[in-house]
Amino acid sequence: MDGAELAGKIVYTWLTLVLGFILLPSAFGVSLGISELYMKILVKTLEWATLRIEKGVSKESVLKNSASVGIIQRDESPMEKGLSGLRGRDFELSDVFYFSKKGLEAIVEDEVTQRFSSEELVSWNLLTRTNVNFQYISPKLTMVWVLGVIVRYCVLLPLRVTLAFIGISFLVIGTTLVGQLPESSLKNRLSELVHLTCCRICVRALSGTIHYHNKQYRPQKGGICVANHTSPIDVLILTTDGCYAMVGQVHGGLMGIIQRAMVKACPHVWFERSEMKDRHLVTERLREHIADKKKLPILIFPEGTCINNTSVMMFKKGSFEIGGTIYPVAIKYNPQFGDAFWNSSKYNMVSYLLRVMTSWAIVCDVWYMPPMTREEGEDAVQFANRVKSAIAIQGGLTELPWDGGLKRAKVKDTYKEEQQKNYSKMLVGNGSLNSELD
Amino acid sequence: MERAPGSGRVPRVLAESPSACAPAVSQASLLRLYHRFRALDWNEKGYLSRVDLQQIGALAVNPLGDRIIDSFFPDGSLHLDFPGFVRVLARFRPVDDEDNGNRDPKEPEPLNSRMNKLRFAFQLYDLDRDGKISRQEMLQVLRLMVGVQVTEEQLESIADRTVQEADEDGDGAVSFLEFAKSLEKMNIEQKMSIRILK
Repeated sequence: MDGAELAGKIVYTWLTLVLGFILLPSAFGVSLGISELYMKILVKTLEWATLRIEKGVSKESVLKNSASVGIIQRDESPMEKGLSGLRGRDFELSDVFYFSKKGLEAIVEDEVTQRFSSEELVSWNLLTRTNVNFQYISPKLTMVWVLGVIVRYCVLLPLRVTLAFIGISFLVIGTTLVGQLPESSLKNRLSELVHLTCCRICVRALSGTIHYHNKQYRPQKGGICVANHTSPIDVLILTTDGCYAMVGQVHGGLMGIIQRAMVKACPHVWFERSEMKDRHLVTERLREHIADKKKLPILIFPEGTCINNTSVMMFKKGSFEIGGTIYPVAIKYNPQFGDAFWNSSKYNMVSYLLRVMTSWAIVCDVWYMPPMTREEGEDAVQFANRVKSAIAIQGGLTELPWDGGLKRAKVKDTYKEEQQKNYSKMLVGNGSLNSELD
Repeated sequence: MERAPGSGRVPRVLAESPSACAPAVSQASLLRLYHRFRALDWNEKGYLSRVDLQQIGALAVNPLGDRIIDSFFPDGSLHLDFPGFVRVLARFRPVDDEDNGNRDPKEPEPLNSRMNKLRFAFQLYDLDRDGKISRQEMLQVLRLMVGVQVTEEQLESIADRTVQEADEDGDGAVSFLEFAKSLEKMNIEQKMSIRILK
C-alpha cells in the first residue's frame, strides 16, 4: 500500500509542477525564464569542455576542419582553360584528363551527398553521436559526459515525453471541441489560441529556444510562406509565432488523427495521395485558398525534402506558379546544442524524435523577410531562384542548384548534355572543322 | 546509443591495411577517404556497388562518368571494398619531388607515378583491354564526350587525325607507349592530381 501511495504522490507532485511551471505559462505566452537559465548553464559547460579538449590535443594534429571548407583543393577554372593542351582547341588524347579528374574529384567530395548527413561540429558538444574525431582526453571530461548522459536520459527525456504527450492530446481534444462551434470570429480566435498553446508546449518539449527576427514581416493572411526545410520540427517552430494553413498529404495513424482534428478548427489543405500527382488540381486548390483573404497563409517547403541546414537546394517551381505574395522565411539551427536534421533514409520518425529529445536543446534563428512577388517577364523558375538566393543569404547558407530529390532519383540527362554541349562547342565551334560544315 | 568517448575511433580496416595503402596515401587522408567511403555506402553494406557511385550527381553528369566508374570495378567485379577504392584514388595523389629521389628502384612503382597516371587515362579509352586504342575505341570515347552535338563524319575525321598523329608503327591503333610519347610534354602530374587538404 505504501509503495503505491508514494508512487501516486510522486506522480501527483510531478504533474502539478509541470502544470504550474510549463503549461499555464504556455497558455498565456509568458516565459518564466527556466529555459534561459538552463541554456546559460549549458553554454558555460560546453565552453569549459571545449577548452579542455583544445588543451588536450594541441600536440597532435587533428582533423578538425569543418566540412564546409572542403577537403580537396579545387581548381574551378572553366572547361576551356582546364582543357588547354599543347595545341590549342582541337581534340587531343589528353582531353580525357580533364573529365577524369573532375569525375574523381566528385567521388572524393561532392556538394550534394554531404548535404544529407549531419553537419560536422568544430568542437564537441558532449554527445556521442557527434563524436567524429575526438579522442579520449581526461577523466574530468568523461565524468562531465556521464553526468550529461544521466541528465539527458533520466531527467530531460521523461519530462519532454510527458510534455509532448500532453501537447498532442490537448491539440487533438482542443481542436475537436473548437470545431463544434459555428463559423465565427470567436471560433477563429479560439482555434488560434489552441494551436499556439499546443505548439508552445511542444516546443518546450524539445527545449527549444527560438529567436525571431524582423517580426514586422510576419506572413499575412492570403499569402504563401516559404521556408527552407531541415526537419518536421520546422513546422512547429513557425507555428509557435503565428498560425498557418498547412499543405500536405493525408497520412494514416497518429499523424492522420492530428490532421483530421486540426482541419476541423481551421481550414488546412490536406491532399489524398492520388490527388498529389495531379499538379493542376493542387495548384487550383491552393489558388482558391489564398484568394480568400480571411484564410491563414499557406506554409510550403519548396525543397520537397529535408536538407542538413548548411545549404539550400533547388526550389520546386510549383509553389511559385500559384501567384500571390510570397513571404520568405529563413530558418537556421545552431548545431552545437542538438542536431535537428532528419535523415529520413537513416532514421524513422520515432528514432528521430528520440534523438531530438535526448539532445541538449534545439536552438534556432528565424528571419522573416520582406514579401516578394513575381515580376513582369519573370517565369516561375527564375522567381523561385530569386527567393532561394534571398533565403540563402539571410540564413548564411550556401546555395546549390541541385534538386534535393537527387538522393532518391537519378539525375536528369539534361545536365549531362550541358557539359557535352560545352565541350562540342570547343571542338567544332571554333576549331578547324568549321570549314567542312559549309 | 551512447558510447564512452575515445573508444577506438580508427576503424579496424585502416589498422589492417596500412601496409597496403600507406605508401600511397597519408594516414590523415586515409581517414578522410574512409569517412567518404562510409558516406557513399548508403545502406551500410560494407562495400560499394556501381549504383552507389552513380548516385553522385556530379559524376552522373560527367560525360565519362560510366567509364570512370568502370575503372573501379576491374574484371567485371560487382563489389568495391575500401582498399580497392583507395587504390584507384591513390593514383591521383599529387607527386611530391622527394618521392623520386629516395625511391628504392627494386620496389614497385608508386601508384601515383606519371606512368601509372597515364595508364589510368589509357584504360579509359581501351575498353577491351588489348593494350591498344583502336579507331573504334577512339570514336566511342569521342561520342561520349560530345553527345549528339557533333555529326558522325566530323567525329570520324577527328578520330582518324588523332590516331594518325600518335601512331608511329603504322598499325592503325595507338599503343600505350605511343600514347605516352605523344603526351610527353604534358604536365600530367598537375592535370591528374587531387590534393586532399588536411
